[in-house]
Amino acid sequence: MTTVASRATRTGKAAKPATMAQALQRAMRDAMAEDPTVHVLGEDVGTLGGVFRVTDGLAAEFGEDRCTDTPLAEAGILGTAVGMAMYGLRPVVEMQFDAFAYPAFEQLTSHVAKMRNRTRGSLPLPITIRVPYGGGIGGVEHHSDSSEAYYMATPGLHVVTPATVEDAYGMLRAAIASDDPVVFLEPKRLYWSKAQWSPESPAAVEPIGRAVVRRTGLSATLVTYGPSLTVCLEAAEAARAEGWDLEVVDLRSLVPFDDETVVASVRRTGRAVVVHESNGFGGPGGEIAARISERCFHHLEAPVLRVAGFDIPYPPPMLEQHHLPGVDRVLDAVARLQWEADS
Amino acid sequence: MKKSSTTVQEPPGAVVHRSTPPPAWQPRTDPAPLLPDPEPYRVLGTEAVADADPELLRRLYAELVRGRRFNAQATALTKQGRLAVYPSSTGQEACEVAAALVLQEQDWLFPSYRDTLAVVARGLDPVRALTLLRGDWHTGYDPREHRIAPLSTPLATQLPHAVGLAHAARLKGDDVVALAMVGDGGTSEGDFHEALNFAAVWKAPVVFFVQNNGFAISVPLAKQTAAPSLAHKAVGYGMPGRLVDGNDAPAVHSVLTEAVRRARSGGGPTLIEAVTYRIEAHTNADDATRYRGDGEVEAWRAHDPVRLLEHELTERGMLDEDGIRKAADDADAMAARLRDRMNADPELDPMDLFAHIYAEQTAQLREQAAQLRAELDASADPAGDAAGQGETR
Repeated sequence: MTTVASRATRTGKAAKPATMAQALQRAMRDAMAEDPTVHVLGEDVGTLGGVFRVTDGLAAEFGEDRCTDTPLAEAGILGTAVGMAMYGLRPVVEMQFDAFAYPAFEQLTSHVAKMRNRTRGSLPLPITIRVPYGGGIGGVEHHSDSSEAYYMATPGLHVVTPATVEDAYGMLRAAIASDDPVVFLEPKRLYWSKAQWSPESPAAVEPIGRAVVRRTGLSATLVTYGPSLTVCLEAAEAARAEGWDLEVVDLRSLVPFDDETVVASVRRTGRAVVVHESNGFGGPGGEIAARISERCFHHLEAPVLRVAGFDIPYPPPMLEQHHLPGVDRVLDAVARLQWEADS
Repeated sequence: MKKSSTTVQEPPGAVVHRSTPPPAWQPRTDPAPLLPDPEPYRVLGTEAVADADPELLRRLYAELVRGRRFNAQATALTKQGRLAVYPSSTGQEACEVAAALVLQEQDWLFPSYRDTLAVVARGLDPVRALTLLRGDWHTGYDPREHRIAPLSTPLATQLPHAVGLAHAARLKGDDVVALAMVGDGGTSEGDFHEALNFAAVWKAPVVFFVQNNGFAISVPLAKQTAAPSLAHKAVGYGMPGRLVDGNDAPAVHSVLTEAVRRARSGGGPTLIEAVTYRIEAHTNADDATRYRGDGEVEAWRAHDPVRLLEHELTERGMLDEDGIRKAADDADAMAARLRDRMNADPELDPMDLFAHIYAEQTAQLREQAAQLRAELDASADPAGDAAGQGETR
């Protein structure tokens, strides 16, 4: 029952508290310094440094041609990024908020996701689309959507989301280095989360697509990602009092999906709960639960359960705490995993 | 009512709120030079034709005749089941051909789905250009090799691509112009607006070439826009708008050439509206008699781009019966070669469906590819084992 140690801590280098926003900034900065084809563009990303300050200082360091304040038009931002990638650049676009990314949806689904395939591989589009997503920050309408299911349902995209400071750095570096388009979902309520992480010796960049076990346990597996990881780790701590020893898997990548890690965990524990903020109906949890059932049926002691946001438009800020899956809701689901059959 | 004694006394040195123009306001772009001419620019039948390069006129004529023949042949191929669909550019050949001819080797063309002819006129193998419409794949060529973007079916979505590519080339210091083609219907799309706006703000070396052919499938221009002309839309973005007779090949060539030159020299984008007409239905699957009358079509047939140029060249003694026949024979030979090649079945490999989704296949796609492979093997071997297959042979 141990949480996986941070790499930065293990290397013993000058680790100090850093926020996820700082780690993301550092990832772009390092990528831009190493590769002159990396360009950042979006709304307010230049002089202001982004509304979440994730691009802070990039325009000053690399110039406005490398970190560009665009006109306020998301389809235009992503559409021009397609053209830039066609000419050999490696654009990193920022969509200011989850729900403001929808105007770019046609460019994303009809061009970004399909260009490599439609041209038989001759025109790959190495574009990273950064999208701050999810709730929990008291945002008013249209600032808190969990939009990952839309992207997951579109073949040709990678869809990833970090849940820790060091993953924020490593995964964004990997996304920018990828020759495929990556929808990079940033859990905005974790932007200010801190961890011991050293920008001077950032973690090695791992390829996209592997889940990680954040906490080992024997009773049941919580399968989660992004903003819900902290909820699940808290729930796992609280569950000890009930005598449950929960394993927590952080998916990190929704596409491609790491069946191997998830299946190995659930086969060990025999029980699984999928936890995410996104709406339950038609949400990622249904796909994940189906994959687990298809592969672990004879290892399961109980049906795979889902703890998800309700099937409602994202609530106003004063009511959002009722919508977001919290520790209690996760524990309630764990309690329903047919433990009585064990005894 | 309160008395005047209650009004607040301003402290000494306070701002005096006298009405002036808003402080942030300043005059920006003078709209006058951006405005299109009131009438479409023409060369044929005007004095401007005397200045036209005779070699260019002959070249245009030969290409128009080939283009007309190409459209007829492609339409015939739909009837023979060799093409899934063909959106014909018959009547619009002057625009299609001129768009291809004004570009240099390093420049990029961004066509829409009705612009197969422009792609072919740029020099791409017609069989590759027709891949999308035959349906054996989506794009049949390497866009980077030919500097031709995939034929875009979602309207106007290719325009921001042209802007981004031209912008990237300019940042790199490369001499590249992007010419983006769109129709009158496409100008209503949000991507049209966003592309023009980005291009103007970035001064990107792009030419936006609108072929106003009268209809978006069945919807006439009057239901599409209330603008004075499509070319006038340029003014709102701060770029010049140009209006040209789209059936006057040397006029289209001239206006496009000027816009390309302007883009190349750092002058930024131009919006061109070519007034033309879609003589055929939207595609072979459409019935144009449901939304337009024969009289209108006949009027445009009398303003045919091929015949207009042919007449001018004949009048000027630059073309005779022999020349006309030679151009027609050349076009027929091209069509015959195309027909022969299109009559061969394309080679299809269903496993290609999985080959290009990602740089590296995901585990999920590997599983699905294996499933399809097994299904293909089973259908190739219905007996279920190799021995059985051997016996049936």
